[in-house]
Amino acid sequence: MATSLARRTESPLVRYSLIGIALLYLFLFIILPLFIVFATALQKGIAVYLNSLIDPDTIAAIRLTVITALIAVPLNLVFGIAASWAIAKFDFRGKNILLTLIDLPLSVSPVISGLIFVLLFGLQGVFGPWLRDHGWRIIFAPTAIVIATIFVTFPMVARELIPVMKAQGNDEEEAAITLGASGWKTFWYVTLPNIKWGLLYGVILCNARAMGEFGAVSVVSGHIRGLTNTLPLQIEILYNDYNFTAAFAAASLLAFLAIFTLVIKSIVERYEHRS
Amino acid sequence: MFLLKQRTTIPGFHLALGYTIFYLSLIVLIPLSMLFIKTSTISFGEFWGIVTAPRTLAAYRLSFGAAFIASFINIFFGFLVAWVLARYSFPGKKLIDALIDFPFALPTAVAGIALTTLYSSNGLLGQFLYKIGIQSAYSWTGVVLALIFIGLPFIVRTVEPVLQEIDPEIEDAASSLGAGRFQIFRRIIFPAVLPSLVTGFGLAFARTIGEYGSVVFIAGNMPGKTEIAPLLIITKLEQFDYSGATAIALVMLIVSFFFMALANWAQWWASKRVGMS
Repeated sequence: MATSLARRTESPLVRYSLIGIALLYLFLFIILPLFIVFATALQKGIAVYLNSLIDPDTIAAIRLTVITALIAVPLNLVFGIAASWAIAKFDFRGKNILLTLIDLPLSVSPVISGLIFVLLFGLQGVFGPWLRDHGWRIIFAPTAIVIATIFVTFPMVARELIPVMKAQGNDEEEAAITLGASGWKTFWYVTLPNIKWGLLYGVILCNARAMGEFGAVSVVSGHIRGLTNTLPLQIEILYNDYNFTAAFAAASLLAFLAIFTLVIKSIVERYEHRS
Repeated sequence: MFLLKQRTTIPGFHLALGYTIFYLSLIVLIPLSMLFIKTSTISFGEFWGIVTAPRTLAAYRLSFGAAFIASFINIFFGFLVAWVLARYSFPGKKLIDALIDFPFALPTAVAGIALTTLYSSNGLLGQFLYKIGIQSAYSWTGVVLALIFIGLPFIVRTVEPVLQEIDPEIEDAASSLGAGRFQIFRRIIFPAVLPSLVTGFGLAFARTIGEYGSVVFIAGNMPGKTEIAPLLIITKLEQFDYSGATAIALVMLIVSFFFMALANWAQWWASKRVGMS
């Protein structure tokens, strides 16, 4: 056994060189950018850092970002559960087409994701004149930000849930139904406990993407300070004003969110391996 | 379409599928179809004029070209990272493995300002690069650097599981028959991971051609020179040139779909080969 292992691996020199190059690459492209975020945010000290976070425009941006995620994530969660139930529990024709269509938003440029809603609701868009006549505003208002965010994060929960539910199989649900449980009861007491970790990660990931979306939101927002700026848009404004400390202070909040998301991912993967 | 193939005791098929299709149509299909509807309102001549205008072509060249170079570089280094993670053990490996997903989790605007600060003329890395004559920010190079960051997880995450799945006994057998390390790599490992490299490249390319947030800060945004295609779309929209913006977007969307299809095809190719052996 030991000899076969020795034969299968490279000489220590090659091994350590390859590890070294890989780590250097990751250091340059992943660790340094992360370091820069916190280093720049804190370069003028913790007081300036905290002060720039309680700027009224930044607070308003955080508020809009949180509200947007609070609407987008639950809607995509309900969709994710429905889609994964249909796809994982049943065998039907057209399933592959459905899977491809669900993934569509992932291959659409963020800017195009915003553009399509301008084409629908903008002044020159399909519903634009009708909306204007009724005094409703969607584009350049928070509504469009929410809609564009829902589009961009659309597949996030479904993509996490489908493989988990498929791996679980149908036996337990079939047993519950045969014993007389209703469909809802079966889902609540049999399916949900089995998929809870995948569900948790799907929600956390969807939330991270919802709070961090930039391109799509940028197209539909109109960039009205304190009104239609989400946190990523506020970062852009601060950065373009050469207010680097404040821009990176706001950015550090989103970097924390990304780190939190990855920590949850690691925990979920550990639990999934165990079960 | 969407006919149930097998009878089952599990309820909720029609409700779940019905809601899935309703929500999919409302959020994705109807809005996305606007690109095609809007483009169909202009003549083919107009469409061709927009997408072959010098400024548009320059933007495509930058967005597609930089995405290609970045994805190509990531094939090699992404493979190397996947190799190291799948086959060697070293301290801190779990942490490094978790960090791979960081570009995927970090909001693009944050990545954009961080990379620009890093690579500008007085930045931590930029100051050295400028000294040896490489203008790393506000140039083609900058766009490539940002897209390398964005594309990396796509390659690593598709190649890594395939490398882990290669049966060590096959390598042992080859080795006991007298094959050297390089020969084993060329004849056994490389053919096994090739489809996943194609998939990873396709996913990374499809994702990076439309990338906006991480690129717009580090690109110079000079029309005809360092202006990326998504920024040109926004510029057209701000001038209320909806047709222009839509035409440019449609071409990008089709290229993106093509490379997603390539990625899916490579996956299918891999599963078929496994089935045959």
